[in-house]
Amino acid sequence: MPKHTLIAYVEDVPGVLNRVASLFRRRNFNIDSLTVGRTEQAGVSRLTVVVDATDAGARIVEANLYKLVNVLRVDDLTHKPALNRELGLVKVKVTAATRSQVLEFVDMFRARVVDVDEESLVIEVTGTPEKIGKFEMVLRPYGILELVRTGSVSMARGHDKLTANPPLVRAEVRSGAAADDHSHAGISMSV
Amino acid sequence: MKLTGAEIIWECLIREGVDVVFGYPGGAILPTYDAMTKYPQIHHVLTRHEQGATHMADGYARASGKVGVAIATSGPGATNMVTGIATAMMDSSPIVCITGQVGSRALGTDAFQETDVTGVTLPVTKHNYLVTKTADIARVIREAFYIAKSGRPGPVLVDITKDAQQLTAEFDWEAAAPKLPGYRPSLRALPSEYERALELINSAKRPVILAGQGIKLSGATAQVLELADTARIPIAVTLLGLGVVPASSPFNLGMMGMHGEAWVNQAIQQADLLIALGMRFDDRVTGNLKTYAPHAKKIHVEIDPSEVNKNVHVDVPLIGDLREVLEELLPKVRTSDRGEWWAKIAEMKGDSAVRDIQALPDNGHLYAAHVINDLWRATKDRETIVVTDVGQHQMWEAQYYRHEKPRSLITSGGLGTMGFALPAAIGAKFACPEKDVWVVVGDGGFQMTSCELATAEQEGIKVNVAIINNAFLGMVRQWQEFFYEKRYAATPMTGPDFVKLAEAYRLNGLRCDKRAEVNATVKATLADKRTTVVDFVVEQEDAVFPMVPAGADLDAMIRRPKREILAESGADKEWQMPNGESAAVSELALTGGPSKAASVPAAKRKPAPSLKKKSARTAPVAKAGKSKRR
Ligand SMILES: Cc1ncc(C[n+]2csc(CCOP(=O)(O)OP(=O)(O)O)c2C)c(N)n1
Repeated sequence: MPKHTLIAYVEDVPGVLNRVASLFRRRNFNIDSLTVGRTEQAGVSRLTVVVDATDAGARIVEANLYKLVNVLRVDDLTHKPALNRELGLVKVKVTAATRSQVLEFVDMFRARVVDVDEESLVIEVTGTPEKIGKFEMVLRPYGILELVRTGSVSMARGHDKLTANPPLVRAEVRSGAAADDHSHAGISMSV
Repeated sequence: MKLTGAEIIWECLIREGVDVVFGYPGGAILPTYDAMTKYPQIHHVLTRHEQGATHMADGYARASGKVGVAIATSGPGATNMVTGIATAMMDSSPIVCITGQVGSRALGTDAFQETDVTGVTLPVTKHNYLVTKTADIARVIREAFYIAKSGRPGPVLVDITKDAQQLTAEFDWEAAAPKLPGYRPSLRALPSEYERALELINSAKRPVILAGQGIKLSGATAQVLELADTARIPIAVTLLGLGVVPASSPFNLGMMGMHGEAWVNQAIQQADLLIALGMRFDDRVTGNLKTYAPHAKKIHVEIDPSEVNKNVHVDVPLIGDLREVLEELLPKVRTSDRGEWWAKIAEMKGDSAVRDIQALPDNGHLYAAHVINDLWRATKDRETIVVTDVGQHQMWEAQYYRHEKPRSLITSGGLGTMGFALPAAIGAKFACPEKDVWVVVGDGGFQMTSCELATAEQEGIKVNVAIINNAFLGMVRQWQEFFYEKRYAATPMTGPDFVKLAEAYRLNGLRCDKRAEVNATVKATLADKRTTVVDFVVEQEDAVFPMVPAGADLDAMIRRPKREILAESGADKEWQMPNGESAAVSELALTGGPSKAASVPAAKRKPAPSLKKKSARTAPVAKAGKSKRR
């Protein structure tokens, strides 16, 4: 299933994250990652949602997100020039023999050692989710004790500034293809 | 002016134009009930169950077009509302539910009667609120009403903690629409979309209008009829759309979908253009999506963008208010006679007429379809609202009661909620006291909420209840008959003596088991001032035809045999199953069934012993068998 990166600006009110997450579950879309944080605007939070969906499915998600009263704006960055970043913390086993090899990888990935112990290092790495995946892969042979990733945050490149009053539903949402991948469509066997 | 939260609630309701609320008290909402005594201008209806309160608010909303209000206490009171809220959600019915919640300090502690009601109702409300501060109540109630009735209507729940009801705050109420930056209910279609739609409409050879209840919600009946008339386009109607155009209009073909008219489904399958107006391509309407209207381009006029392209690929979406969209389109729609298309439709109609059970002469047995049709004849010249429950009777009502006006049929379409009819009818009666309100309900669904008879009695209102009593959970039995080799697991059902039940509630009870007596029974029902329950004892094993099996092609219907042929030769006693298979028609469905059943009062009528044994033996394994057909 292809992945889509959606950005949702939401009012900073209690329960809003629950509403968004519940929508994905209810509409039977799988969330790959979801991050949320403040923005430059008071009272507005921004979510980055990576979701398993085709283009048509993403249009449906987008239209449904707009139905939530607390959702201010939705952008789909999937096919736009965008920056995707994730933070990972990796606690990896080291011995006197492997330490320098691991540090070499830290260098290559422009990561940082943030904690040192006799038998382990904690390494901080940021970058695209793919880069963090690669980093994990190269460290795995040494013994990863603990790994945590934040999930992706995304931002469009350039100064394609968000307008104050964006169109509510973009033309693509209106005229998307039917969501063939939407498996529940059409069949229901209940009386 | 400083008021308590409870007082603010009532002040707000009055300003929203509310004159009746349906509810049930309890500890967490008690401050609000106590304050109610100061506001006699709002009438409170004490229901017998909170589900009943929500259905009443829903019935009130559907009959009046206004927002219905239901009130309940926290915990069990609020959870009892969930079915009614989900029903309103699926059918876009504007209701506001106000629930009490434990004190804000106790929130999250599993306090007595605490339930996370905003969490529970999140997926079945258009929006909901938990209010913990008195100062927020007025704004939230204002927003709740605005959200419930604007755009695509729906239910909104407001959960208010007990302390927020008790404490005081400055009350000021803003008449202006609330400021909700993320909520934009009135979208506009784009000029380019209008152009493309017009091209398609003007060039189509075999267009069909699909009329849904959005027409009623936006008040666009006249515009739809004008479109049909100008361009001579036939209209197919959804279940919830019945009444949005008159049944007697020459352009109205009838109902589409699973139990729609055969020719309507055939017309849709042969169409080269579908103009969907305020409907959402529900699976009960489309059948198999892969083969749905394969030659047709689709125009979808819809206020909710998330409905567009959800089930069916649409060539031209027109997102916005239906009436506005049609008013924009109409001046540019070309006149046309489409004679060939109408000739074809007439041909398809002819084939169906011979299968109509109405053509069956009175053989001493009472068929539900006859009851409905006679009920229609007896009530059509009065202002009548029919409220149905869910099951076979609902489909027969849709087929045999000819609705001429919007809001004259109220039925649970999307959720298919048994137990809906009686309470929704009580709500409708409060909305339209000058109209006759009829409940058409199965013996099964009636028993789910029959306690609300007590509400009708206490309120002194009159609704007319027609129980279509077949001593079965009829619609499920029909599926078992068609797809589970007649293993009637858990569908034979006894009931109380409904006449005595009505009498026990100090109401009027009647029984009718002869076709010749339906008319007189209806008259007697209307003549009594009290709520009257009629037990129509009907054929036990009749089936609703035609039927598109769930997921089958829309025009692959199980049909009733052609009656005339049958009468002549007796040979063709077969249903036509959509895959070409044929199944023996139950003698019962045709000739009147186990002949004693109809004459025995339902109260004494037991499910046929053979059925009982059978179901005991085979239950609960309902093997898929033929049901696999998708
Ligand atoms: C609350 C609820 N439970 C179960 C069902 C499934 N169901 C649909 S129709 C039906 C049978 C209805 O029987 P009855 O009320 O006697 O009406 P009839 O079909 O006989 O007219 C059932 C059980 C439902 N729709 N709603």
